Amino acid sequence: MGYVIAFMVLPVAIIATYSFFQRGQYGGIVYSLTLDNFARALDSLYVGILGTSVALSSTVTLLALLIGFPTALAITKLQPQHQNIALVLVILPFWTNFLIRTYAWIVLLSSEGLLNQGLLGLGIISDPLALLYTPGAVVMGLLYAYLPLMVLPIYAALSRIDPSLREAAIDLGASRFTALRQVVFPLAIPGTLVGCVFVFVPSVGNFIVPELLGGGKTVMVGNLIRDQFLKARDWPFGSVLAIAMVVMLVLLFALQARITKRVLGQG
Amino acid sequence: MSRTTISLSVLVGSTLFLGACATGGGSEPLDPNADLSAQNLVVSNWAGYYPEDLATAFEEAVGSSMTITNHATNEEIMAKLTAGGDSGIDIAFVSGQFAQALANQDLIYELDKSLIPNLANLAPEADNLSYDPGNKFSVPYAWGTTGICYRSDLMAGNEPTSWMDLLRPDDMYKGKVTALATERWLMLPAQKALGYSVNTQDEGEMNEVKDLLLEAKGNLLAYDDTTFYSRLVSGEAVMTVAWDGWCNYGTIENPDIKFVVPSEGSDLWVDTMVVLKSSKNKEAAHAFINFILEPTNHAWVAENILYKVPNQAAMDAVLPGLVGDFPNMGFTAAQLLGYEGLVDLGNAAALYTRLATEITSG
Repeated sequence: MGYVIAFMVLPVAIIATYSFFQRGQYGGIVYSLTLDNFARALDSLYVGILGTSVALSSTVTLLALLIGFPTALAITKLQPQHQNIALVLVILPFWTNFLIRTYAWIVLLSSEGLLNQGLLGLGIISDPLALLYTPGAVVMGLLYAYLPLMVLPIYAALSRIDPSLREAAIDLGASRFTALRQVVFPLAIPGTLVGCVFVFVPSVGNFIVPELLGGGKTVMVGNLIRDQFLKARDWPFGSVLAIAMVVMLVLLFALQARITKRVLGQG
Repeated sequence: MSRTTISLSVLVGSTLFLGACATGGGSEPLDPNADLSAQNLVVSNWAGYYPEDLATAFEEAVGSSMTITNHATNEEIMAKLTAGGDSGIDIAFVSGQFAQALANQDLIYELDKSLIPNLANLAPEADNLSYDPGNKFSVPYAWGTTGICYRSDLMAGNEPTSWMDLLRPDDMYKGKVTALATERWLMLPAQKALGYSVNTQDEGEMNEVKDLLLEAKGNLLAYDDTTFYSRLVSGEAVMTVAWDGWCNYGTIENPDIKFVVPSEGSDLWVDTMVVLKSSKNKEAAHAFINFILEPTNHAWVAENILYKVPNQAAMDAVLPGLVGDFPNMGFTAAQLLGYEGLVDLGNAAALYTRLATEITSG
């Protein structure tokens, strides 16, 4: 309990306090109360950036789900000892620094990079494709970074399902697909939602990928907050944006908990 | 032994008290005979912007012990210095416009020039810099300008001469151009192309600047403050907005990488050393600045990181060996003074920040 207060409640409380004060001309906080920072956050410029972030992160989450669910399902079909190897392979990228993995994508995708040079060499394309420094590259980088966070909770949910339930469905005449759709998938919904939240949350706050793979041409809310603290020296406004993110994520968790409860209640 | 020395220096110091007051160097008098070995200096500088053995060399030469901490950006060190209280830092390396802001906030010490005799090594032009005329609060460490760093072989016959060549590139160069993202230099190409000051606070002018930069963004490969020269080496980019010194890093690897200051002009940026008012080691801090201004020490910057230094003696010593390979090292002090000095924007900084967000997110 003590560390929850020290490491979670206090920092958020400090940020929340900052958001009601004014910025000093050269940084820091001037302790006179104002609500201007909140009004500013509703400016279409910043709402637009939030919209971009949510749209990109939702795309990432959806793609992670489409790739992650079949991957997790396939792993549960393996022999137990092979399952462990497969899970280690899923986590393996985390053993390398995130920044280095992101730079690796630059080496792969740049116009002088491996992919373009390979395609040029094979005569498939005549001019290098502009793969890097696009919103697509940002989605690609985030998807790659957070896909394991989708696979693991879905795997955990799937491996907990009693195999006899699926066998019973098939014995009663359901096709394999129907059994998957009507028996396995509903039982995996809570784990799937956890995976979606795990992917969406870090994606929406990420600022390294938009900077490196987006070439600084795509601004996400994480970049905006980072810039308020490190470049614009506007801590109060940065705090408002950070608080807005926290509120949004709490709502997201509440939604996830509610859906999970409903699904389990029906089961 | 050391205790006797300290009490002795306190004595000497108090006898000099009146004299120092009369010269009016700063808010409190400095003791020219202070025991420097009793002072422990903390210096904050950009990583890689000083020799690795600087602390040891300074300790050997002057006697004070020294700790060097690094900051990545002006903004980062400004946050530390303006947070209130004693930052524990004695000397900070900041760009000129930030030294000006620190002086306006009364956070830096008005230098006692009698303790920095090596100021005489500075080029005469370096005494007349717009952010701090007469170098009252800051001493210039390195200076330069911003221009276009480009691949002369890939742009043969079309070498850029105007900022517009970069902002509205020919079709064949579209998508092969990078720009700087740090606010002041993000704005600079368009400000100069439109004939405005790099320090303009006029909202109408800045809106035109924004429109031009939004148009230019469509042809950009990326915003890049740190690796643009390697993009030129790989051929991924043919033309980049670049600081002169950084362009040289590309030239080392490929002599076809050249630097030009467009005809509309550019900025004069200066990185400076300042002594914090909160410092308890001001005598050692002055000794440090004096140490850096030794031609052999100051020449390190020019020789190793290929930035120009405002130290005439240092440049005279190293220039003959460098100017052949790196022509922009030969820019004279007078030439640099012909460009527009960056000064602090005060309250207009918020306008620049907002427009920068509109541009990069637009």
